[in-house]
Amino acid sequence: MAVSQPGVPAGSSSTPASLPGSGHGRLVRWIDHRLPVISFLEHELTAYPTPVNLNYWWNFGSLAGIILVIMIVTGVVLAMHYTPHASLAFDSVERIMRDVNYGWLLRYVHMNGASMFFLIVYIHMFRGLYYGSYKYPRELLWILGVVILLLMMATAFLGYVLPWGQMSYWAATVITNMFSAVPLVGDSIVTLLWGGFTVGNPTLNRFYSLHYVLPFVIVAVVGLHLVALHQHGSNNPLGIERRGPQDSIPFHPYYTIKDMFGLSVFLIVFAVFVFYLPNFLGHPDNYIPANPMVTPPHIVPEWYFLPFYAILRSVPDKLLGVVLMFGAVLILFLVPWLDTSPVRSARFRPVYRWVSWLLPADAIVLGWVGANPPSGAFVVIGQIATFYYFFHFLILMPLLGKIERPRPLPISIGAAVLAAGPPVPAAAPMERR
Amino acid sequence: MTDLAQSQVRVEHGGGTRRDFLILSAGALGAVGAAISVWPFIDSMNPARDTLALSTTEVDLTPIQVGQRLTVAWRGKPVFIDRRTPDEIKAAQDVDVSSLRDPQKDSDRVKKPEWLVVVGVCTHLGCIPLGQKPGDDRGSFGGWFCPCHGSVYDTSARIRQGPAPTNLPVPPYDFTADTAIKIG
Ligand code: HEM
Ligand code: FES
Repeated sequence: MAVSQPGVPAGSSSTPASLPGSGHGRLVRWIDHRLPVISFLEHELTAYPTPVNLNYWWNFGSLAGIILVIMIVTGVVLAMHYTPHASLAFDSVERIMRDVNYGWLLRYVHMNGASMFFLIVYIHMFRGLYYGSYKYPRELLWILGVVILLLMMATAFLGYVLPWGQMSYWAATVITNMFSAVPLVGDSIVTLLWGGFTVGNPTLNRFYSLHYVLPFVIVAVVGLHLVALHQHGSNNPLGIERRGPQDSIPFHPYYTIKDMFGLSVFLIVFAVFVFYLPNFLGHPDNYIPANPMVTPPHIVPEWYFLPFYAILRSVPDKLLGVVLMFGAVLILFLVPWLDTSPVRSARFRPVYRWVSWLLPADAIVLGWVGANPPSGAFVVIGQIATFYYFFHFLILMPLLGKIERPRPLPISIGAAVLAAGPPVPAAAPMERR
Repeated sequence: MTDLAQSQVRVEHGGGTRRDFLILSAGALGAVGAAISVWPFIDSMNPARDTLALSTTEVDLTPIQVGQRLTVAWRGKPVFIDRRTPDEIKAAQDVDVSSLRDPQKDSDRVKKPEWLVVVGVCTHLGCIPLGQKPGDDRGSFGGWFCPCHGSVYDTSARIRQGPAPTNLPVPPYDFTADTAIKIG
């Protein structure tokens, strides 16, 4: 057994390689010697070697992290004014809108922030599907991402119930009732979820408790997601591993500045929604207080759940509909093994390159079907689109990997970048310094 | 140190050591204990005693005309009361029961043929079907139509089309007078 003297960590006789560089003052060095957060951040954020060739699709990860922080900050402050009681909740949200200073801003940021969060995460996931980021050795990184998506879905659903409008109430009713499809114990599960015979005050209370806590669980899983990411580093548009130092650049300043630029563009879009179209993505019925005796004639979930809702409605059998709907998300867990192609990036896969776009197209069709009443042509279109969704993952992905002939991969990232880019002067003076 | 080392010496009966046995049994006991202590947390989410206290609802049926429908609340749920017309009763009775998804005779669903009393919660995912108000869409069987995912119920509130698996349930109720019922 290795014996270490108390107070003298192994290898501390010489300066650890991770100590912050000479640019730091004595205080920083004093702290870092005892609590190595500064060298940790330097290692993981500043010096962190990143592929030279990341494009704008790689902006969405950091954007998702930022919007998560925005959701938590606005949420914690909203919680100071919100009352989780069936007879007070609706009015407390209206009070936030009318009387609380900047309450309207906090709520509109939180409300539209949820939509932005899903938009960003869906794009982030499409990036992964297109560039094969889930393949060896990043399977767990992808799986943790799917876990985050599931937690987000739960959180957003629970939050949507809190204002206790008509859509809140009936969304809660329909979603919790899905568990009644479970054989034998289904009804007991639903009663357990409600804490009563219908969605009611006990339901609202527990949903609030969970809505408060789940975002912090998300933060923890995001932490694991980043640990997994930094183990092997980012994938890149070419989908080949880095071969040497010439294929990497430090994260700071190159990608910090690129992420900042992306953030600025995103904040403009976000601001347009918050200030000019705050209720565009919502549903007017949610400004009617919950009424357990009347279902609105046309209930729809938030846009980010529409494709899954369409899958649910496409199946004329209760249990199977619920199974397929959850299956549509859970199937993502299997993607690293469903895709049999050894090539990561769709750039070098002549068929998958096009096929990969059919999935978001299919999701948009499903979303459109989900937004419309379940009758006439919508039923048929919904069923075809549902079929395609599963066909894509279960048949196309495994099959294409076997029959498609990939284009030759470049020998290295550096070689490909130099071959593609404009002629570079031997070394720009700026970069010499 | 030597005591510890001696107790780790393999005792060759049954292939396991005394330590293996202790670790396994202690681990199993701990796991069972942890699992049991989860129960109070889960059960606390079930309906509390005050919520459970059974409530009853009494309804005076006199103001309801033939062909009229009334909604009353029972345990926070809507209950549909339908004073059916002779045509509706006949339609409900004439159905070939074996052709139904949830086979039930109309006579098993009513106490008096004129009065149908059912819980007005769609058995698919819990929406309130349309059909109680005069202008409502009643679906192609003249009963109720659920707008959420298109379930259609007949004049006995039995499921005929759409994703709902079972008929609208009949709540426990009794006629306390010729034109009065007590639900619950
Ligand atoms: C993953 C992060 C989060 C998501 C996706 C999310 C989503 C949502 C959504 C969709 C609503 C309904 C908005 C509306 O229609 O009014 C909502 C409401 C609410 N959320 Fe969150 N939320 C998140 C984090 C938080 C956190 C961390 C808190 C508190 C600590 C919080 C507190 C609230 C409160 C009090 C409401 C009710 C007020 C309102 O409706 O605006 N949220 N949330
Ligand atoms: S809840 Fe009535 S059809 Fe789905």
